[in-house]
Amino acid sequence: MTRYDVIVVGAGHNGLTTAAFLAKAGLKVLVLERNPWIGGAAVSRELHPGWIYSNCSYVCSLLRPEIYRSLDLARHGLQIAPYGGGLTFTRDNDFIGGYVDKDVRRREYARHNERDADAYLRYSRDTMRQCRFIRALLMRTPPDPTSFRLRDLRELLHLGREFASLGEATMGDTIRFYTMSIADYLAEYFESDIVKAHHAGSGIIGTALGVQSPGTAYVLLHHYMGDVDGQMGSWGFARGGMGAVSKAIAGALQSHGGIVKSDAPVARILVRHGAACGVVLGNGDEYYADSIVSSVDPKRTFLSLMEPGDLPAGIVQKAREFKSRGSSGKLNIALDALPVFPALGRGHPLIAGDMHFLDTLERFERAYDDWKAGTWSKDPYLDLLIPSVTDPTMAPPGKHFMSVFVQYVPHEIEGRAWTDADRAAFRDTVFDQIERYSPGFRKLVLHAEVRTPQELDREVGLTEGNIFQGELTFDQLFFNRPFPGYAQYRGPVRGLYLCGSATHPGGGVMAAPGANAAREILRDLRRPNTVPEGWSDD
Amino acid sequence: MTIPREHYLQAVFPTPFHPRTAAANTLNAWHRWRDYTVADAYFDVALEYTALRNACTVFDLSPMTKHLITGPDALAFMNRLVTRDVAKLKPGRVGYTVWCDDEGQVVDDGTIFHLRDHVYRLCSQERQLDWLLGSALGFDVSIVEETHDVAALALQGPTSCAVLKRLGLAEIETLAPFGIRSYAFESTELLVSRTGFTGDLGYELWIDPERAVALWDRLFDVGKVVGVKPMGTFALEMSRIEAGFIQAGVDFLPADRAIRPDRTRSPFELDLEWLVDFGKGPFTGRRALLAEKARGSRYRLVRLDVEGNKPAKDAFIYDRRRRNVGVVTSAMWSPAAKSNIALASVSTPYGAPGDELWAEIYYQKELKWSRFMARCTVVEGPFYNPPRRRAQPAADC
Repeated sequence: MTRYDVIVVGAGHNGLTTAAFLAKAGLKVLVLERNPWIGGAAVSRELHPGWIYSNCSYVCSLLRPEIYRSLDLARHGLQIAPYGGGLTFTRDNDFIGGYVDKDVRRREYARHNERDADAYLRYSRDTMRQCRFIRALLMRTPPDPTSFRLRDLRELLHLGREFASLGEATMGDTIRFYTMSIADYLAEYFESDIVKAHHAGSGIIGTALGVQSPGTAYVLLHHYMGDVDGQMGSWGFARGGMGAVSKAIAGALQSHGGIVKSDAPVARILVRHGAACGVVLGNGDEYYADSIVSSVDPKRTFLSLMEPGDLPAGIVQKAREFKSRGSSGKLNIALDALPVFPALGRGHPLIAGDMHFLDTLERFERAYDDWKAGTWSKDPYLDLLIPSVTDPTMAPPGKHFMSVFVQYVPHEIEGRAWTDADRAAFRDTVFDQIERYSPGFRKLVLHAEVRTPQELDREVGLTEGNIFQGELTFDQLFFNRPFPGYAQYRGPVRGLYLCGSATHPGGGVMAAPGANAAREILRDLRRPNTVPEGWSDD
Repeated sequence: MTIPREHYLQAVFPTPFHPRTAAANTLNAWHRWRDYTVADAYFDVALEYTALRNACTVFDLSPMTKHLITGPDALAFMNRLVTRDVAKLKPGRVGYTVWCDDEGQVVDDGTIFHLRDHVYRLCSQERQLDWLLGSALGFDVSIVEETHDVAALALQGPTSCAVLKRLGLAEIETLAPFGIRSYAFESTELLVSRTGFTGDLGYELWIDPERAVALWDRLFDVGKVVGVKPMGTFALEMSRIEAGFIQAGVDFLPADRAIRPDRTRSPFELDLEWLVDFGKGPFTGRRALLAEKARGSRYRLVRLDVEGNKPAKDAFIYDRRRRNVGVVTSAMWSPAAKSNIALASVSTPYGAPGDELWAEIYYQKELKWSRFMARCTVVEGPFYNPPRRRAQPAADC
């Protein structure tokens, strides 16, 4: 039996990131993955011959550049290609284009509403102010506001200073911002329905809340604070699909001597004398280590992978209460040719971007109503992209891969499991939506994979299919993520850590939770820190 | 070529591809490349760069200075001119080279195309006719500047080979790096070389200017399904720094243009020792370069990985934060290498691999200037060097 310094449960991008930084510090690291492939929700899978599907996460922006650089992910094969903007179709055969060129964008908004075109500048400025504040916190461990340890006091003081430096007006805005709905936030800037609708999607992606629900303004920020090579708010594709992210991090890990075992489902985290000491696999194999890091969400970690008797009762309770309601589904589609959207015409550059179909906030709210009633939205919000327009490795020449993210989709249909008939009906809802804006679309479909929260739960291990491993609501953010008192990546027993998206700063393929966890583990093990600091934005 | 008396009425000319480059230039962004107008960018610098690294792009390099060198003494002349051994360059092959003045200082760099026996094309960054004719005394060669007679496109990026296959160029995938092949295109010759300035898989296409527009149209016609896009100079500049290539007038001063002493560089000082072949017999600058080799060089070109994300443009380089030992000549944030990269010229003995150097970076955020001393690591080889660049046969994407 081999002993390891650290065992990481789950080879998603965060688990691999933690492992890579630990291996870089010279520790002997083993990552155990239950699926035959690695990557968690950052995967590329050939589910139709010749097509590569990014079948869970599908675009990249939040991945921290400090991590990208310090793990040498470019050398391990990772390339991010920005796709340049997006658009929202209207029901009267028009659209609003979010062009990258700012003057073209202004004219485009002015085509719909002249005042909103200028208001966009004020909106961008205010949103950037919030982004700048939060970006500085991404690569830091949240302080515990109830602790009087020197380190926490220092970090609180730092946070206080950063906050105070925003100035009185922005401080006020920040506090309002975190509790606002996306609809209220947008109403402070824009008049026109289409402009608001075009910006609202980012506020509800992956979130079991409607555009009128408080807290959705923050979710918008979460999708805005990333960048591709300094282009703030820009999104891109990982060349070769999102699996390229996991593959590159695994490459970095292996280059430092770390080991990844796939097809190795952890059944139980072992605790002896009040300390985590190893894991048992489904087949009975045991592995031992001084530290056990779970990249799995806290519900699964504390409620299925651990004996309740090994844990404080309060933790079991908190894990039960942790919100990770699934609200998103996905269709991954192989297409025989590039679909034509008559509103766009042929050869339009925004065919490479993210495309949406809800042109009023009312349609968004109605879509949420369906989810509350226990079914998928009948007029859903789609985030539709055709990565193969930008990345020729995703499909054969002239053919295309289409990734369709769907909001809202429940974990269960009116309280019961999804059936094949449900899945087919859900698929048809989405197809009908696309067909309305792209007649003939259905005839191009060669293959489609349907993903509901149920598949995300069962296959990827995201409890109830929440794509962020736990909702991004204020009660579950920063020093409350995943629970108050446990935001510093340490679990409730000695030697146990959490490093997944359920920890600060949350989901999206960011890798910051994994990196922050590694820094805390190295601190406990008194090893030199290998995790980079966040770059300053002064 | 006869130049009409009224040439001054038009100071700058459209390239043979202008009808198409102008139509594609949604930004209406142009600059001057000697006699011609070329695009800074067509639609978005970042997206053009992205197209280059993910699919492929077309860059109009027609204004590149080109010379046709022919005659019984062509090889002997070339070997006298340049530092590397041209005898080793077989017909159908291309070689990168520099040439020097008597003091061993680099006059220019460029590429030699060995088109067939006794026929070479020399592409250079600067105008060189005076230098070439001056070097040709006593050789039975003819040297003709043919810049305006040959239209050229660089087709670069991972799907560039797939585009040429779709154009019907038989077995183009077997063309080795630095190889040249001739094809027929609409009753004229299309010369294809597997060369480029981007550090990626790519080709340069050379054709009669009369057929330029037809070639452009065909490339975009067949290349659409594999993502071909036009690319301007700004994106090219990014890719050439990532590839670690130097540029005349930017990373070194052409020796025949220098007014002040000590401004020029030898091949050794540009990290181009591999281009100098002392064994091949006499060439211009040989004696000075031998002396430099014995004595040691004054400068060293270094490739730097600079801490942080602020481009070290024009930064002074320091040894242990105190002594100024050099200056950055090209710098950028590299999207492909995901690092902050720079080319710099430093005084010897500084800048050996592993040396600790510092860049003094000034940057502005919302009109406020800040200064940042960034630690630099000397790295060897190109910053970005994908295997597809050299893969044989060339891949489709």
